[in-house]
Amino acid sequence: MTSSIVVNIKKKRITELIASGKRTDGRGLTDYREIQIESGVIERAEGSARVRLGKTEVLVGVKIGTGKPFADVPDKGVLTVNAELVPLASPSFEPGPPGANAVELARVVDRGIRESNAIDLEKLCVESGKLVFVVFIDVYILNHDGNLIDASALAALAALINAKMFKYTVEEGTIVKKPGYTPLPISNYPIAVTFAKIGNKLILDADLDEEQVMDARLTITMKKDGNICAVQKGGGSGYFTREEISEATKIALEKTAELRKFVVKS
Amino acid sequence: MPLFYEKKQLVAPGDLLAEGDYVSGDSTYKENEKIYASRLGLVDYDGKRVHVVALKAFYIPVPGDTVIGKVVETTPSGWVIDIKAPHPARLRASDVVERSFKPETTDLPSIFDVGDLIIANVIAYDRTRDPQLTVREPGLGKIVRGQLVEVTPTKIPRIIGRQGSMVGMIKRETGCQLTIGQNGLILISGRSPEAERLAVMALRKIEKESHTSGLTDRVTEMIRKERKAVESN
Amino acid sequence: MKVTKKKPKKEREKMANKKSEKLIDKKGIRLDGRKVDELRPVKMDVGVLSNADGSAYLEQGRNKILVGVYGPKEAHPRHIAKQDRAVIQCRYHMAPFSVDERKSPAPSRRDVELSKVIREALEPAVFLEYYPRTSIQVYIEILQADGGTRCAGITAAALALADAGIPMRDLVVACAAGKAGGKIALDLMDTEDKVGEADVPVALMPNLNAITLLQMDGNLSVDEFNAAVDMALGGCKKLYELQKEALKSKYVSAEEAK
Repeated sequence: MTSSIVVNIKKKRITELIASGKRTDGRGLTDYREIQIESGVIERAEGSARVRLGKTEVLVGVKIGTGKPFADVPDKGVLTVNAELVPLASPSFEPGPPGANAVELARVVDRGIRESNAIDLEKLCVESGKLVFVVFIDVYILNHDGNLIDASALAALAALINAKMFKYTVEEGTIVKKPGYTPLPISNYPIAVTFAKIGNKLILDADLDEEQVMDARLTITMKKDGNICAVQKGGGSGYFTREEISEATKIALEKTAELRKFVVKS
Repeated sequence: MPLFYEKKQLVAPGDLLAEGDYVSGDSTYKENEKIYASRLGLVDYDGKRVHVVALKAFYIPVPGDTVIGKVVETTPSGWVIDIKAPHPARLRASDVVERSFKPETTDLPSIFDVGDLIIANVIAYDRTRDPQLTVREPGLGKIVRGQLVEVTPTKIPRIIGRQGSMVGMIKRETGCQLTIGQNGLILISGRSPEAERLAVMALRKIEKESHTSGLTDRVTEMIRKERKAVESN
Repeated sequence: MKVTKKKPKKEREKMANKKSEKLIDKKGIRLDGRKVDELRPVKMDVGVLSNADGSAYLEQGRNKILVGVYGPKEAHPRHIAKQDRAVIQCRYHMAPFSVDERKSPAPSRRDVELSKVIREALEPAVFLEYYPRTSIQVYIEILQADGGTRCAGITAAALALADAGIPMRDLVVACAAGKAGGKIALDLMDTEDKVGEADVPVALMPNLNAITLLQMDGNLSVDEFNAAVDMALGGCKKLYELQKEALKSKYVSAEEAK
């Protein structure tokens, strides 16, 4: 029987190794696992990307529809992010409506994209107050081996970069398709990096085993100018000290720049 | 090795009480040679032992305790009793009826029914098992009369008093019988409602002023004064 | 984050006209008369509900929050129980009448997320390992919302937990800082949160200097972010004094009877 429970002696070993600055798979404390990004894997979606972060695997599909804008922002398109912890991805995922973990994941990814204005939503307005484009980002977790937030945020960004919209004209308040496509109006590239605190060390890109021994986690999402657009502490019954937070922001500046180069290039 | 509060000072969870070579007692905890309060209450020192008399706490069963509880469920094998602890207590049918009892024929509700109050002793409780009760001792079993007073369980030692001095005094002065459950429930049964009222008043006063000294004398005085007032009416 | 998606039309127009730079005037005074590093008026009461094992009521500005705590008691449903410790079941819930436009009483995704991060902000403070197989229920009802309700909810929940006699390593106190009108400011109210540039809610265990909640949305440089965290921590420390006062004042009458 598969189970996501980690053997206790392994837990002990992970903690001891990290205390001495090492990790079970030989990575440095702030190293990411190998990242693979494949874009355009779902032809029926306007945009898609599959990201492998070590053994963690996430598929994001972007669909573009039309709808009414929110009343308080009549000139902006609508962005929605949803995440599914698909039962095939882990023995700990169960079928049913999204639980707190899935909702948090979706909302952290959403906040990064929204607060950085990654999509220029004003360009998605067809008719103020009446008709706008709606961008649906669906995050599908296919295999869970830790650090779902970073993998999902990367996949979402890659899928947005990959997305294309059909050209159109507006005739009498309705959209008429024209031949050809244009890319989505992307105006920023938010990158999320998630720290796990184990003992009194901060590590990046924790795998599932490391997540099981971590005290707490902290996600920092940065824009291309190095400003922060979203932060989320989570992951259980631990805490951070003030100094650890400063340290994390410093490391995040470097790492997000590095990861951004990788995504935007691929 | 400093102490940061005086005896009987009010502290809140997280307040640093002592540093160094002290022992952590009730409602406190020790981390990195520092002792902190874990509950709201009054600090007390007893040699090297630092503890907090919590102003409010819930009951944690200890084998040997006498408790008062309410029957909340009958099952084929016995009863579930609410003793105001984190876990419901169990009283096995075999504790009450003969060994030959048959679940299908023995009418358990005729012995203890839902809503009945019982006095029982705790015989077992640990991290994995719900508390087990017994009524197989004199003075235990169903409560048929009297009235119940509830106090926070940390006040029970004060109500009993040194070697039972406080509760003995209340019994003497009011003529009531008092059965004290360690879980904070106290059964009073007296000859008249007036006598019971006096005993309840005394308990409330002790609860409110449990941290003060000279309390036994003040409570005695209060009961006598009240009694006189009633008699002269 | 937005407390409401839609506002009545008048309010909406007013808000649309309100640019962030108007949130703080030249003298550094905010719309409600506060200075940048000033908290809203706060009122805390402990032990306000008779049925709950612990309870608290908190007002911070126009926020009105009621918290009830039950337990530790047998965990229901059974499968949520943990063999080695207690679980906290936390529900952050906004009353339908707590915001301008009626909010559906069904839990929103925001409510689900906030319930989770608030639970995680409280967990480090509670000795969960003392009470295996049990559950501690924390019900946070936002009766009226005016920005910063998650923080106010945490501050009130910690009071209710302490009032329930649940052993704790420390109290937990929370406060947000953010950026509004181009300046880093403490304890943003709803308008500042919505129109302003960023919001950074922080929760702290004050004696242990442990940060148990940290979120941010908006746009801040690393330096601004750090300044906001420090300002929020300063707010936490002020609120902590009020929190202790509230807890203790419930028993002052007994104290005086000496």
